[in-house]
Amino acid sequence: MIEIKDLSYGINDDATEKEILKNVNLTLEDGKIYVITGPNGSGKSTLVKLIMGIIKPCAGRIIFDGKDITDLKINERANLGISYAFQQPVTFKGLKVRDLLDVASGKKNNFGQICELLSAVGLCAKDYVNRPLDNKLSGGELKRIELAMMLCRKSKVNIFDEPEAGIDLWSFEKLTNIFRSLKNSTNIIVSHQKKILEIADQVILLSDGEIVKTGSMSEILPLTKNRCRKLGGENE
Amino acid sequence: MNSLEQALLEKVADLHTVPSGAYNIRKNGQLYDRGSTKEIEIRQKKNKSGIDIIVKKGVKNKSIHIPVIITVGGINDLVYNDFYIGDDSDVFIVAGCGIHNKTCHDSIHNGVHSFHIGKNAKVKYVERHIGEGDGSGGKILNPITNIYMKENSVMEIETTQLGGVSSTVRKTIATLGDGATLHVQENLLTEDSQTAKTHFKVNLTGKNSSVEVVSHSVAKGKSHQEFLSDIIGKNECFGHVECDGILLDEARIVSTPMIDAADSRASLVHEAAIGKIAGDELIKLMTLGLSESEAEDMIIKGFLLG
Repeated sequence: MIEIKDLSYGINDDATEKEILKNVNLTLEDGKIYVITGPNGSGKSTLVKLIMGIIKPCAGRIIFDGKDITDLKINERANLGISYAFQQPVTFKGLKVRDLLDVASGKKNNFGQICELLSAVGLCAKDYVNRPLDNKLSGGELKRIELAMMLCRKSKVNIFDEPEAGIDLWSFEKLTNIFRSLKNSTNIIVSHQKKILEIADQVILLSDGEIVKTGSMSEILPLTKNRCRKLGGENE
Repeated sequence: MNSLEQALLEKVADLHTVPSGAYNIRKNGQLYDRGSTKEIEIRQKKNKSGIDIIVKKGVKNKSIHIPVIITVGGINDLVYNDFYIGDDSDVFIVAGCGIHNKTCHDSIHNGVHSFHIGKNAKVKYVERHIGEGDGSGGKILNPITNIYMKENSVMEIETTQLGGVSSTVRKTIATLGDGATLHVQENLLTEDSQTAKTHFKVNLTGKNSSVEVVSHSVAKGKSHQEFLSDIIGKNECFGHVECDGILLDEARIVSTPMIDAADSRASLVHEAAIGKIAGDELIKLMTLGLSESEAEDMIIKGFLLG
């Protein structure tokens, strides 16, 4: 379980302090799917980056299974059981798909194991296992490999920042099936897509760095229509 | 050979026993062992230090090992090795030099290699440079590689130096005939106060000749690297140079691109990028559980050996 207490984050923009997140309080329970939605600039990606430790809050605490993780490094949080799939997958010069999957799973995988990991995201291992994870791969391929890395960690908490972006060659149904299969984990998904919102146990609507409402999709969707004219673009 | 020398030879040339093909092993400025085959002859030069390596026409899938090891201080070795690669042949050449210097005197190896590559011949050339030993004396390697490529010949060069060498000046000068293709991959790591200078000069004189030079370098500590590429297109040809450098600590890398289209049909490209390890690469690996220093090591290893 993740408890977020009075979490705030701001940046200095042209010497003026800009608040991105304001006193966010949230409890994310085990075994549930949470979808964070809201217009561009509402603080969705900022909130999940704070949970992973990629950025540090100005104020507030993050508690994971009763332990205060606010001051822990990214890898310390990863090793406690928090995983993160990037909105824009990171590429490397020289590292291969196999290298990344080995690091992600914490062991040397044989070809059969790699095959299992990649086929779960609709990729054929023999075409990818020894390919460099670089920008010669398409956006959709990178996104699916990013998902495979996340899945093989078998973490208690999975954070997905816009998992559907660029995944057009694959089907939404397969993606949502993956989320449903992770029912033993806490899943936090940043998304604008209605099909993703549909699988949420709870939808969290953010606007201007504050939680407007948490509830079911049917409760949240009418609110997004009024509020989120910018909905549908890339995350902040 | 003692165990230290054997270990060094293994690192330079992957040699555990006497190789199956032609070979010439040089130790501390002297010939240690040599072997020719029916198809590849290695013979001593008469007027200067060094060897001629003659590969007969049409010889396929054969290997040549010519490693050099130096395990004493105060040596200044200079050799001239000429390779005559027959038409239509296909050979794999492993060269390189390992210096283990535990003295306060410099150990220097200057190797001048000249490749005369025949028509339609294919050469893969792997060169490793290794410096080790805790003496204050320098481990200095200065290779010069001259390459003359005839019609439709192909040469692939892979050079690797992963630390330990206190100073290196490496020059590669190539002239490519019609349809000749040269591919160079350089992997270089310097640390402490080491210096490395690399200079590539490629003359694309033949029609449809092409060259690709890819340099991946990592500079740590207070080390200093200079990369200079000079590609001259004198015909309808293609040249591509890519120089990527990762900087750590207080190190410095200077990259100087020179591309000269002496013929209007030449197509020449130079790309260079020098900088610290990208923050998002470190963050990604940390989200997979690696510490910052483990992530840094993995990125560098992949960059140099991937």
